[in-house]
Amino acid sequence: MIFAIATMTVLGLGFGTILGFAARRFHVETPPVVDEIETVLPGTNCGQCGFAGCHGAAEAVADGSAPVTMCPPGGREVAVQLAEIVGADAAADLSGMEEAHEEPIVAFIFEDHCTGCTKCFKRCPTDAIIGAAKQIHTVINDACIGCDACVEVCPTEAIILRSKPRTLRNWHWPKPDASVGSAA
Amino acid sequence: MTGGAIVSGPHAHSKFSVAQTMVSVMVCLSPATALGFYQFGWPAILLFAVTVASALIAEAICLLLARRPVSIYLFDGSAILTGWLLAMTLPPWAPWWVGTVGAFIAIGLGKHVYGGLGQNMFNPAMVARAMLLVALPVQMTTWVLPPPFGEPGAPEFWEALTITFGGSGDIDAVSGATTLGFVAAGLDGGRHLTDIMAETFPLRSLAFGHVPGSLGETSALLLFLGGCLLIAMRVIRWQTPFALLLSAGGLSAALHLLDPMSYPSPLWHLASGGLMLCAFFIATDYVTSPVSGLGQLIYGAGTGLLIVIIRTWGAFPEGAAFAVLLMNACTPVIDTYTRPRIFGRDRKGRPLELPKGARQ
Amino acid sequence: MQLFSLASLKRYGGNFGIRGGVHPETRKYLAAECAIETMPLPSLVRVPLQQHIGAEAVPLVKRDDQVLKGQLIGKARGAVSAHVHAPTSGRVIAVGQFAAPHPSGLPVATITIRPDGEDRWGPHMPRMRPEDADPAEIAQRVMEAGIVGMGGATFPAAVKLTLRERYPLHTLIINGAECEPYLTCDDRLLRERSEEVVDGIRIMARALGITKVIVAIEGNKPQAIEAIRRHIFAVGPEARVVRVPTLYPMGSEKHLVQTVTGLETPARALTAELGVVVHNAATAHAVHKAVRYGEPLISRVLTVSGFGVKRPANVEVLIGTPVSEILDHCGGLTGTPDRLILGGPMMGLPIQSLRVPVIKGTNGILALEAAETRRHEAMPCIRCGGCIKVCPCGLMPMEMHARIHAGDLDGAVETGLLDCVSCGSCSFNCPSNIQLVQGFNYAKGRLAAKQSQKHQQEEAKRLAEARTARMEAIADAKRKAMARRKAEQAAKKKRQAEEKARQAEAAATEKTSNAGTDAQTAGPPPQEAAE
Repeated sequence: MIFAIATMTVLGLGFGTILGFAARRFHVETPPVVDEIETVLPGTNCGQCGFAGCHGAAEAVADGSAPVTMCPPGGREVAVQLAEIVGADAAADLSGMEEAHEEPIVAFIFEDHCTGCTKCFKRCPTDAIIGAAKQIHTVINDACIGCDACVEVCPTEAIILRSKPRTLRNWHWPKPDASVGSAA
Repeated sequence: MTGGAIVSGPHAHSKFSVAQTMVSVMVCLSPATALGFYQFGWPAILLFAVTVASALIAEAICLLLARRPVSIYLFDGSAILTGWLLAMTLPPWAPWWVGTVGAFIAIGLGKHVYGGLGQNMFNPAMVARAMLLVALPVQMTTWVLPPPFGEPGAPEFWEALTITFGGSGDIDAVSGATTLGFVAAGLDGGRHLTDIMAETFPLRSLAFGHVPGSLGETSALLLFLGGCLLIAMRVIRWQTPFALLLSAGGLSAALHLLDPMSYPSPLWHLASGGLMLCAFFIATDYVTSPVSGLGQLIYGAGTGLLIVIIRTWGAFPEGAAFAVLLMNACTPVIDTYTRPRIFGRDRKGRPLELPKGARQ
Repeated sequence: MQLFSLASLKRYGGNFGIRGGVHPETRKYLAAECAIETMPLPSLVRVPLQQHIGAEAVPLVKRDDQVLKGQLIGKARGAVSAHVHAPTSGRVIAVGQFAAPHPSGLPVATITIRPDGEDRWGPHMPRMRPEDADPAEIAQRVMEAGIVGMGGATFPAAVKLTLRERYPLHTLIINGAECEPYLTCDDRLLRERSEEVVDGIRIMARALGITKVIVAIEGNKPQAIEAIRRHIFAVGPEARVVRVPTLYPMGSEKHLVQTVTGLETPARALTAELGVVVHNAATAHAVHKAVRYGEPLISRVLTVSGFGVKRPANVEVLIGTPVSEILDHCGGLTGTPDRLILGGPMMGLPIQSLRVPVIKGTNGILALEAAETRRHEAMPCIRCGGCIKVCPCGLMPMEMHARIHAGDLDGAVETGLLDCVSCGSCSFNCPSNIQLVQGFNYAKGRLAAKQSQKHQQEEAKRLAEARTARMEAIADAKRKAMARRKAEQAAKKKRQAEEKARQAEAAATEKTSNAGTDAQTAGPPPQEAAE
């Protein structure tokens, strides 16, 4: 019995030492994640996340002070990629984003309320709003990232965010309801 | 027009449903079952009824617990078929609680713990049979060969009630071993096969079912015909039964040629025990067998080999249940490696090369 | 040289086989014996500008314009696009958006014409003698006539006729399989207008520079086979009619090519890369009319069928005729049908409104009753393998479905989602009635959306960078302007200071007694101002 205990102890100590040594010897310097995260983010510095641009957000995600789901324009896609970079435990956060961010969001200007003040298009990070002073502005859907910046500055509350209008080009079949007994 | 959501094509359907599949299997099983009823009389009918009813009750309870729509699932036929197949593998004069416990094991542990219809990894009826065989060795190996239904000496309905529900009855009078059990015991005792064979039932009895055994072990011929009908109806494919019978026959033939004194003939192997039932009705279970034709060939061959191996060298005289369960475990692997070739791609999934001859 | 191969043995029997396939109840008897009838002028025609794969046509008319029959009203934009012509004479009452003949019912740019009842032709395109014409000229004419693939894919036909410039072609296959149940319009066309169709085939063969022509017709259309056999000699000695087995999806381009030539088109490749071009039989008819008579594609034959229609028929209708008017012509509906479908029951598209028009690719209008359609309840998959058995593409639909259902689109792509042709054989055969095809369509749509989203995100990034650069440039310019102005001001001040200093000096020379204090109050010293 004593022999068995001694054997196990020696084995344990031996392997422990080897492992410890290996961990130090083959230590890999983790690359700076901030840069990696920044390449995933949209890079439009829209400020919707509440951080100072995409770089600020990347730092926050890297040190764990921001969730991977903090980027609304990036949606689920970006969140999944971020979760992969910062670690698997972040995957739990994704459940909430399942369907909510499937639809892309774009800004829409109510032309009746627009006074042509040009504040919004000065603020737009992607130049998605066109118009000139004293003229009604309009949004280019394909360029808009739905970042909310224009909504905040509009003095007449003429801008809202809505899901991107469906067209024949971007329409696709809805996901079939797979639950049993559902109407097919 | 539909009033509901717009749905994608195809708008036509073959109109063949899960329930129809299950009913077809039952129809093809019924001749052999009927013969079994005739053979073993009222006790067998009662046990069958109890087992099927228990399977339905177990299914209903599990569905309620899982909060699934009971009305849709309960009559899809899968629970009835599971109960039916289980009853086919029980000793016909076993007490009622054997059938009930088996049905609850099959439906509860064999099927619903995995998530219900289509999700189970192992054949539920075989899970139940294997567990019963291990847990209740006495009840599961007490076989009878009474006079057939309606003839003098066969148990009346009231006698049958006491046999099935009231404990033992006078089973001892007619009990005996199955041919497989008898041969295995004889070989273990060091006797020659020819001597044993002389004492057991001839091949004709095996084919027509006049032997002790479970309901499904009786008539190899009726089971074979029912299975062929099932293939003709395109409910099952020919691959699994074909490969199973071929491999079981082939291995036993090879052994028999090597040493006719120790190894029985392939025809005897094919006709005895649950091999036919297994080949056409149990190994072909959709849920637990591979989906592609090639996969089914591999799976059938594996099952056939295992059955003969277990019968010949294993601890149990009949190995169908264990063989099926073992091969069930291999199904995901077989499926992974027997994918069909995609049109326009080679087996590895790369696009085909443009043929040289095409450019003239 | 090939002496002997197994393939040649198989060839002797007639065809090469394809994998899988299903035998749906064809119900062609409903309309197969109804001769093609021409529908009277509708009260309104709505001509969508997008009736083809590719870019939308550009409208050439505006509201209140008078148009003549055959007049070009929509011009093709880009290489893959098609012209749109006025189907009859009348007044344009709207150029705008109208519901598309599409399951979504979303709007599409549409020109609405109120026919004046005269059906007056505008100037025809000149007639051509294809025997003397240059192949490029024929292709040009097919383009001008706005002809697209009329089997439903609506790929511009002219593009397919110019393929010889890029690939060495050797065989033209005319697809007369019509494997979709119910549809009989190609059957009738082949029977009744066989001479015209064969002439169209001949013209196309000439445009492609091919002599080997195969007309593939399913075995359930013996009269059509007979009719084309009678006339096929006109195309040349190497032209023949092949009877292909009645099996769905025989009409799928790549599967038809494999059936009649034994050539398997590699994944993601065109049949033209194998040297084979496939055209629909109805397209051949349209080519005949365009080249011989200079008539653009403004009408087509389609089948109206299903138990929900009072009088099933094959009707020649103007492109743009509303579905409701065609149904009225066929005696109307027997009740409220379970589904209304444009195209066949396997791959056709359900529509929500009867007011949508028919377009160049519409080969059928089906009103199906509940007894003819799928049941509505789905059960869980029981792994029966039925979908795998019938898939003509060798896929594992049940596995793809499971992955899509779990949200693993990339996994579905790995198992072959993009090789799926959405033929519907799997769903047709599924005993659990699972909506496999809709799941695949959904997944394909999501993947396309993802792709475009990614593209858009990159674009947004580029825009944002451009904007940042511009903002910096503006800020930089402003700073520079500010600095310049500052410098100017400083210089001005300096000048003033110097002036003052000079004045002070002058004053000092006058009043030497208090010079020191004056100089100090005159302003900041010159060095300071120059900063």
